[in-house]
Amino acid sequence: MEIRWDLFLIIMGAALVTFLPRVLPLMILTRLKIPEWGMRWLSFVPISVMAALIAQELLLNEGSFSIQENVISIVAAVPAVLIAVWKRSLLGTVLVGMISIMILRAIF
Amino acid sequence: MQLENHASKTHLPNKEDTFLQGVKDCIPTLLGYLSIGFAAGVVQKTAGLTIAEIALISLFLYAGSAQFIMASMLVAGSSGAAIIFTVFFVNLRHILLSAALSPYFKHLSSFKNMLIGALLTDETFGVAINQAAKRKQISEKWMHGLNITAYLNWLAANLAGAFLGQWITNPEQYGLDFALPAMFIGLLVLAISARKRIKLDIFVALCAAAIVVGFSFFSSSSLSIIIATIAASTIGMVMEKWK
Repeated sequence: MEIRWDLFLIIMGAALVTFLPRVLPLMILTRLKIPEWGMRWLSFVPISVMAALIAQELLLNEGSFSIQENVISIVAAVPAVLIAVWKRSLLGTVLVGMISIMILRAIF
Repeated sequence: MQLENHASKTHLPNKEDTFLQGVKDCIPTLLGYLSIGFAAGVVQKTAGLTIAEIALISLFLYAGSAQFIMASMLVAGSSGAAIIFTVFFVNLRHILLSAALSPYFKHLSSFKNMLIGALLTDETFGVAINQAAKRKQISEKWMHGLNITAYLNWLAANLAGAFLGQWITNPEQYGLDFALPAMFIGLLVLAISARKRIKLDIFVALCAAAIVVGFSFFSSSSLSIIIATIAASTIGMVMEKWK
């Protein structure tokens, strides 16, 4: 159960610079009155960030754009989207996505 | 359903606002981060970190992509300053998530908001913002239930990867690697369906995806995510105003 001292400092430094962006907006913006346009802008953040993360997962490979490398993932995303729209279930979407990719990998 | 919606709009505590309900609402996301956490544990162990160090990173850093990058930079012999700067950059998108959640936690003190923000991740943000669609504020207990469940799952997954990584060499064969994108798909669909701006929301989502792909040609993926989120949210805000 050993922890190297220099690594400990790096971990704590990295933890601090991760902690501040996580907590400061919640600590500060909850005390302020955000203008109407600001609230409207913030209301689009969930859509934008999730779509951006999905694009990164499904369309990029090691940081560069590739359809060929990701064709199975893109196809497996289709039933996941359909079940998400139909059932509005997060667990259902995850399970259908996993089953789809298992089947696709078994076939191709 | 009607009754439930009515009840949740009042400020009276109801069973949807409990710690236990937060735990339950976290369950669908557990698989997604179990596989990533497991992989992170394997990578960190391979990078020469001890079990205690892996536990420390999982508990204090608590961020998937940053932990992978940190492990690879340690192997490459990067300086501490370079590692800390890179981690800062990779995790900077949390600033947007934290800001977007802030309207729903105005009833809590700054200290309590700090405790909530400290465990903020993409997944807990996605689940919480979906919860927020039904009400004006989010319950502190519910949020802690969600956050702490995700946090312990992450620690367990990292340790499992560190201990079991040498025996389970190919978690991909169980489709576990797809749990994460599938979870994001579910969270996006839920976020869009909770609002009444479906066409605009889908357009904004497509813009965000296109910007990520466009910027991937000349910038890092963590910067692309931040740029895409800022730009697509601005497009949404401006287009909504025009209507």
